[in-house]
Amino acid sequence: MGALFSLFTVLILVLIAFAGVKAGNLHFLFGVVIPYAAIITFITGVIYRILKWAGSPVPFRIPTTCGQQKSLPWIKHSKIENPSNTLGVIKRMALEVLLFRSLFRNLKTEIREEKVVYGSEKWLWLAGLVFHWSFLIIILRHFRLFVDPVPAFMHLIESFDGFLQIGVPRLFITGVILLVSVAYLLFRRFFIQQVRYISLANDYFPLFLILGIGFTGILMRYFTKVDLVNTKQLIIGLFSFKPEIPEGVGVIFYIHLFLVSILFAYFPFSKLVHMPGVFLSPTRNLSNNNRTKRHINPWNYPVKVHTYEDYENEFREKMKKAGIPVEKE
Amino acid sequence: MELKNLLSEKRDVILERWFDLILKSYPADTSSFLRNQKNQSTNPVGHTILKSIEGLFDKLIEGLDHTSGDSWSSFLDNIIRIKAVQDFTPSHALSFIFDLKKIIREELKNDPVLNSIQDNSGSGNGITVELSKLDSRIDALALDSFDIYMKCREKIYDLKAKEFENKTFRLLQMANLIYDKEEEQRLDKDHGNLKKAL
Amino acid sequence: MSNKVPTPDELSKIDYTPPKKGWMDTPVEFKPGTWCYGSRPKYLESVDFPNPRDWKPTDDDWKLPENWKEIFLKGMEERLRKYRSFRLFMDICVRCGACADKCHFFIGSGDPKNMPVLRAELLRSVYRKYFTASGKLLGKVAGARELTIDVLKELWYYYYQCTECRRCSVFCPYGIDTAEITIIARELLNLLGLNTDWIAGPVANCYRTGNHLGLEPHTFKNSIEFFLSDIEDITGIKIEPSFNRKGAEILFITPSGDTFADPGTYTCMGYLMLFHELGLDYTWSTYASEGGNFGFFTSNEMAKRLHYKIYAEAKRLGVKWILGGECGHMWRVLNQYLDTWHGPADFLEEPVSPITGTTFENAKSSKLVHIAEFTADLIRNGILKLDPSRNNHLKVTFHDSCNTSRGMGIFEEPRFIIRSVCNHFYEMPEDTIREKTFCCGSGSGLNAGENMELRMRGGFPRANAVKYVKEKHDVNMLANICAIDRAALPPLMDYWVPDVRVAGVHELVGNALVMKGEKERIVDLRGEPLPVKSESTSSEEVKEG
Repeated sequence: MGALFSLFTVLILVLIAFAGVKAGNLHFLFGVVIPYAAIITFITGVIYRILKWAGSPVPFRIPTTCGQQKSLPWIKHSKIENPSNTLGVIKRMALEVLLFRSLFRNLKTEIREEKVVYGSEKWLWLAGLVFHWSFLIIILRHFRLFVDPVPAFMHLIESFDGFLQIGVPRLFITGVILLVSVAYLLFRRFFIQQVRYISLANDYFPLFLILGIGFTGILMRYFTKVDLVNTKQLIIGLFSFKPEIPEGVGVIFYIHLFLVSILFAYFPFSKLVHMPGVFLSPTRNLSNNNRTKRHINPWNYPVKVHTYEDYENEFREKMKKAGIPVEKE
Repeated sequence: MELKNLLSEKRDVILERWFDLILKSYPADTSSFLRNQKNQSTNPVGHTILKSIEGLFDKLIEGLDHTSGDSWSSFLDNIIRIKAVQDFTPSHALSFIFDLKKIIREELKNDPVLNSIQDNSGSGNGITVELSKLDSRIDALALDSFDIYMKCREKIYDLKAKEFENKTFRLLQMANLIYDKEEEQRLDKDHGNLKKAL
Repeated sequence: MSNKVPTPDELSKIDYTPPKKGWMDTPVEFKPGTWCYGSRPKYLESVDFPNPRDWKPTDDDWKLPENWKEIFLKGMEERLRKYRSFRLFMDICVRCGACADKCHFFIGSGDPKNMPVLRAELLRSVYRKYFTASGKLLGKVAGARELTIDVLKELWYYYYQCTECRRCSVFCPYGIDTAEITIIARELLNLLGLNTDWIAGPVANCYRTGNHLGLEPHTFKNSIEFFLSDIEDITGIKIEPSFNRKGAEILFITPSGDTFADPGTYTCMGYLMLFHELGLDYTWSTYASEGGNFGFFTSNEMAKRLHYKIYAEAKRLGVKWILGGECGHMWRVLNQYLDTWHGPADFLEEPVSPITGTTFENAKSSKLVHIAEFTADLIRNGILKLDPSRNNHLKVTFHDSCNTSRGMGIFEEPRFIIRSVCNHFYEMPEDTIREKTFCCGSGSGLNAGENMELRMRGGFPRANAVKYVKEKHDVNMLANICAIDRAALPPLMDYWVPDVRVAGVHELVGNALVMKGEKERIVDLRGEPLPVKSESTSSEEVKEG
């Protein structure tokens, strides 16, 4: 039900953009107002989220330790998996954010009944990793549309991305990878029963949305071939706060832009906030040095305790009889 | 003899169906985990079930042509020990044994070779005789499994009782420490009296 | 033909697969053997906990206060403000499913609500309904649901089926820690008086007498002295430990369970022998007579209340530092909480081993040293005279306890000790040890008797790994550094892997320790005959590890 709901939502969104631009002639709404609204929602929403998280303190230092602690000097300390200082934490976070270290733990090659078998989850790690990386590269690649002149590093990314040298315009491999990996992530949610059982509409919706964005993007670049000059004019207009609607920008672009806007606006209200969230995760971003450095709990408050005095008052006679020293004879 | 060969031929497909049927008693999302992950340490339940039914099946057909004692108990024990803490009625826990009859029959029914033998020469009677022998072996398996199931359940209650005992044992022991000497003498005396009386 | 190969329809097949429904539409079912008894009112009263009354989890009416929902949601709101972990973990899960098959309860029971992600979703769905815009607006489509009495019962059922072992957290790409969620969920349940008897009892005992078992001072002393004659019988050496002694250098703290029930008692004997042999200037305390903390399975506040005694007693007695015995959750608390609660311990000194002079720099703030660190340092410095052949009758494997593994990271110290005091040591498969270790199935206060089936299922992945090394290497002893393990693993072994026994690492130390002036030992600490000398020293046997 969640999947169908999400699919239809995305289709309806496409239709809205199509009808709005084609029939309603609402170019300004879809080309300027909605993108601005989306980006404002995105920025304020993410800031709100982060402030909300940051507003809750970390009362205890609770890293999940995944390696040998730092103890005696002759015992090899696992500096990244069980960091004892900030440097170790930075390395641990970098591995986590850039390479999905924890997901990688699922991956395990082993020999079973004379066959090499891989842990079933290697595809999750791989698909997740290439999905996120290609998404990042694609976003970076889009910078060529935002600025003029195109900065030098863009050419580097593009030549790297288009290394296959197929087609005109050159095929960017990241686009393909993105679609394939999203398709796999979706496939998992349909066909691995455990994952289907836990999946919500919130899980399908962004995947369908990204599929829609990817498809419209590829359609634009390779098939309908939108007018690049006019499109770039529109986008630069947006970015320089002098919005204008040039003639001759195809409807497919407006659909693409609308879906991107929806993604941005949806971001702060959804699980997609895992992106900034992972940096704040107290089980990963703290060092395991509680015994060397006291952690302060800002809301630490006095509690009712059973003092030694109370204890001795209750048991004094028995203690004396048993030869246990007491404070008051 | 023929039946044994036939079953050996069909071993893999029968076992696969049996395994599937057993997993069906779990929630759907769980059964896919149990099925797909065959690693002994990360999926011990799926692994143990699979290994046990393989062993059971082999012992079952191995014994068709001789009457040696059945050595399937360790396989049976492995699987039922799991069932005994997962299913709370013996009928739920042990129904998988009877599934095997159904699976074997359905597999044989679809077998063209067997069908042609039976149609042409009537030697299918031999199969029928052997089948009833197999049935009684499966029945024996079922009876054994009831014993094991009961043993496991008794073990659970035994463990529960022991937990309780452990809690109090030491206290009693320590209490006895105080009365130790007198208690011992008194017991000795009683014991002595008893002996005399005998 | 069909009459010749009949289909036995008489064996009607029952299909147990439940109708495919979403988890929100599958109501909780209290299966026998999977839940613990509700707490008795007297236990809640003695620590001023709300809503003390007689109740049974299977009752329809849980006798909750009129405004229970308000209390629960207000408590939730408060904790979202207080714990970043909680707020973050409610928000960022993407339900990738990496954790799904990492929980020993899911692996062993097959109950889908035991998948860590779903266990968390039970509470997350309530969070969405009352604390997020999308949940308020879209309801079920956004994964939100109303907090009803059935939902509350479901929360109780499943959050008392989590051992807070943190294995799922290791595999989560965002480090979402179900233990953290369980801890908070249990706090919320405790606001309504929904504790288990097995947790509430020890908490009440511990508050009054200083230990979970409720041993009063003279009894606690008695229970330790009880070992002394056994030790004298075995070694010929008379030990005289001190209690509540002011001016001792070190305060020794350990779980009271080890003073009380086998096989933990043998570990306790090991401590006594080791300290005596070193001539260590240390004292036991009848007031701080518990290192464990069942309050930790109740609420942060209760845990803090119970562990007040540790530093307070160290201060009163004027010791220099604190040595902690083998225990799992005790060390999670000592390592990650105690100093924050009750520190700074500036009245103590940075711990230095009086025997080797080693400074325990990793404990310079909290002044708490783990006994495995202490003993490993002794052995490394060649202080102890050890005869590992006295453990030759044991083929040992080591179970990493969840809390010391994933809340501390003490992996090598106990292994180094075991290798020094035993000749036969074998590791279990790699994905079942160290940070990936499987829980005993009875942690976080679930080691009651009435939920034995649950414990057996939850412990099955661990037992299965033990079975593997038993079949492969003939392993017959499961060593560990946790008192709950020593209580929970013996029945687990008894059920799944008979003939494998359970020992604390310091029991093995006690066996191997050659003490000054001891008589020739003929039995181990369990009073069982030692292996015959000539046989045991044959070198091939020793080499196989």
